[in-house]
Amino acid sequence: MKIGIVVFPGSNCDHDCAYVFKDVLGQSVEMIWHKATLLAGLDAIVLPGGFSYGDYLRTGAIARFSPVMGAVRAFAEKGGLVIGICNGFQILLEAGLLPGVMLRNTSLNFICKDVYVKVENAATRFTHCCESGRVLRIPIAHADGNYYTDPVTLGGIKANAQVIFRYCTADGKVTPAANPNGSLDNIAGIMNADGNVLGMMPHPERSAESVLGNEDGRLIFLSMLSAFGTSEIQAGLVGA
Amino acid sequence: MKAFVVTPVLLEQHKLSEEEYKKILSILGREPNWTELGMFSAMWSEHCSYKSSRIHLKKLPTTGPRVVQGPGENAGAVDIGDGLCAVFKMESHNHPSFIEPYQGAATGVGGILRDIFTMGARPIALLNSLRFGGLDSPNTRHLLKGVVAGIAGYGNCMGVPTVGGEIVFNDIYALNPLVNVFCLGIAKKDKLFLGKAAGVGNPVIYFGSKTGRDGIHGATMASDSFDEQAAQKRPTVQVGDPFTEKLLLEACLELMSGDCLVGIQDMGAAGLTSSACEMASREGTGIELELADVPRREPGMTPYEIMLSESQERMLMVAKAGREDEVISVCRKWDLDVAVIGRVTDTGKVVLKENGQVVAEIPAKALADDAPRYDRPSAPPAYQEMLQALNYDALPDVKDANVALLALLDSPTIASKRWIYEQYDHMVRTNTMVRPGSDAAVLRVKGTKKALALSVDCNGRYCLLNPYEGAKIAIAECARNLACAGAEPIGVTDCLNFGNPQRPEVMWQFVLAVEGLKDACEALQVPIVSGNVSLYNETNELSIYPTPMIGMVGLIEEAERTVTQWFQHPGDVILLLGKTREDLGGTEYLKVLHHREQGSPPFLNLQDEQAVQACAIRLIRAGVVQSAHDCSDGGFAVALAECCISGPKEPVGAMVQLPLNGLRRDALLFGESQSRILLSVKPEQAEAVLSQILDAGVPAAKIGAVGGSRLVIHVEGDRPTEGCTVDLDLNVLRDRWASAIPRALGQD
Repeated sequence: MKIGIVVFPGSNCDHDCAYVFKDVLGQSVEMIWHKATLLAGLDAIVLPGGFSYGDYLRTGAIARFSPVMGAVRAFAEKGGLVIGICNGFQILLEAGLLPGVMLRNTSLNFICKDVYVKVENAATRFTHCCESGRVLRIPIAHADGNYYTDPVTLGGIKANAQVIFRYCTADGKVTPAANPNGSLDNIAGIMNADGNVLGMMPHPERSAESVLGNEDGRLIFLSMLSAFGTSEIQAGLVGA
Repeated sequence: MKAFVVTPVLLEQHKLSEEEYKKILSILGREPNWTELGMFSAMWSEHCSYKSSRIHLKKLPTTGPRVVQGPGENAGAVDIGDGLCAVFKMESHNHPSFIEPYQGAATGVGGILRDIFTMGARPIALLNSLRFGGLDSPNTRHLLKGVVAGIAGYGNCMGVPTVGGEIVFNDIYALNPLVNVFCLGIAKKDKLFLGKAAGVGNPVIYFGSKTGRDGIHGATMASDSFDEQAAQKRPTVQVGDPFTEKLLLEACLELMSGDCLVGIQDMGAAGLTSSACEMASREGTGIELELADVPRREPGMTPYEIMLSESQERMLMVAKAGREDEVISVCRKWDLDVAVIGRVTDTGKVVLKENGQVVAEIPAKALADDAPRYDRPSAPPAYQEMLQALNYDALPDVKDANVALLALLDSPTIASKRWIYEQYDHMVRTNTMVRPGSDAAVLRVKGTKKALALSVDCNGRYCLLNPYEGAKIAIAECARNLACAGAEPIGVTDCLNFGNPQRPEVMWQFVLAVEGLKDACEALQVPIVSGNVSLYNETNELSIYPTPMIGMVGLIEEAERTVTQWFQHPGDVILLLGKTREDLGGTEYLKVLHHREQGSPPFLNLQDEQAVQACAIRLIRAGVVQSAHDCSDGGFAVALAECCISGPKEPVGAMVQLPLNGLRRDALLFGESQSRILLSVKPEQAEAVLSQILDAGVPAAKIGAVGGSRLVIHVEGDRPTEGCTVDLDLNVLRDRWASAIPRALGQD
């Protein structure tokens, strides 16, 4: 599988994502400069975490205008697999590839810690290596992860099973206390209607190796890989 | 140039003495002009020249088999094998952080990061050592919030994890907080870059942010004491732009991966002046600059302003002649300003021109290295004896040990620092194996089997009571933190924060502390490879406690063979290594429970210390240790409580018994005797481990076991009435410890 990792000025989880795909999972990785306008030969695209363009304005608000975003959109429209992690999620929202916006955390502080998320939909190309309802421990690190959207959009994405991850307790209860940032409905990650674009605030690349004490995040990458492995697996997936 | 007369008032504004001015006259053979006077003022400031400290710093041990780069460059470097070296340094940003906490702290982070990547190393870890006044003061709360947000704002955006640190709250720092930042990077051993202007005719290239009028005379401000007027110095604090610095980092590392660079240095304190004269001075060359070519933020800037600006995120490099275009294209790729602004010459002088006209001409070495060096008078303070006199008889022993332990866990100095470190991204770059909250942070080194352990430490109160012993303890404790992670110490950086060196009592503290550092480093065989001195830490004539902050790096050969401080499994046996003495002087217990900061700091024998540490490292590497924690602030009882409650999972209890052996109860529970480590081991291995420890000549005892939902410490007196018991529910302990700082900030 060939993974393209977009490097915006200010991206800072690009190397981490590359390390997981290449060194941990043995895949081929191409770093994509934000000025690139043509993307060829890629099976999936990662928009990594960081502070694109410094994020001095609203997070992701400038990155959405980056030349590469036109190509990312085209790739997604053709059904290509796109995952946005943290700042990548924020950029996908700003670019309109996913619905909703990010607000500042309710604490107004940057928060870096492990959280638990519940896999709300395991029948996706990003989560099918998890059983439904599985609780994953994955770190967050952001100041703007307070997901918000209007009630109609929220109803729509819930009805269409596009809410993929919700913040929960260690034993899988979705409670206000388990919500680290005030996110609407404890939402930690959502998918587009076609099922090929995922945005998530937690960082699975930080929890994909035993040496770091946690391999839960690896399940997301393995799901993506096996989505390209056998057609039988692909066949049973939403939107595939 | 306008007519210019040097007056005593002008010299005072530039913090230059009559003698120093005479020396300038003899160097130049004429009167300096305005620009030259400013350049001397900045370079000969205490901050840049180390004029009061240099003769003492020479005593420090700086060599060793692993040392690749010792002091004198942007940072030090030690060999960690696999063709790699660890590049690290610690620096202060105290004065700016007091004036403007967010930007002061943020630019402190920016400055130390540049020091590291200038060497060709990719920064992989930041730590910080902070000192504030008591949290009951609104201003301290404002300073703490601002400093933490500033460190977070810069480090997080850069994508360099802040993996650890330490913080102490004491009123002595209320009007002079300390913000010391440590950074470590990894470089290929054969690809280290130095700040050298080599090769006559080579181009001198400026890149990074444009030069503005901010931070002019920052170095001079940092070399001054404070009073009520401090807030008026706000314009001398620079504003950080971590986004530009991130671009600068990536551009630098991309340039360094090729072979077009000759030398490089960041523009930190004293800006373009220091980078130009230091690069030339190190190589014995000269540099000629055309100031009209310096990228500027606004028109009309004078040579004085351009040379003394401390605008952030700027670099100066010397490239190979003919390779300018390569350099320029990489900088442009990263959207950075770049300009060839001069050439390396053989004149030994820094020559500045403005549109072809010479506006300043100074021998580079005179500026960089020939600042006067002072052997300032030193004498113990008049109050020293009173400080050290502690009458144990007048001090009632602890009655309710539960109350005392909870009070200590509630002290912000001891309490959980989670409110702080959760604001720092401590995981980016995916190397962090042990996160903040254990004795040492541990990071794996990608591409190797190794890991590095990092710790920063200093007990300023010990240093006040006895600067020599206090400094020794700072080194010993830092190394002990590393030993508790199974790491062998391989290098030290220091940041020596002291008061006004023109006060004999401050110099006395400084000289003794340096002696202490020297002796401890020699005994533990760990070299000091970089450092920083911050003097004039006094406000309204009140000096801070002498605070020689230590940052230490340890090597773990097999990354997986490391342990953390918290207990792992119920049933494990708890061992206490080392000897407990009647060490109550200078303890947190004495401060919190008896409101005294008095006595002599704990006794330390460096040979015993080394034996305990070597023993712990050996056992951890052998894989027979489940957890290891050093006993420090708050003594044995606090350390044991931390073993129970500081882990990321649910707390786990412990039950131990200790004989009083003729000690006071409070000394046994809360005394801060050195060279002690708490280990937990599997029950079936306990006897074997204990006999190995005793065979190594290290005092040790089996004191109890892990398990249950309470922390129980039975202190057995020689007579039944002499004993006491700590018996507390884990949730009570943890709540007190975890909520102390948020509560003090009104955010629980």
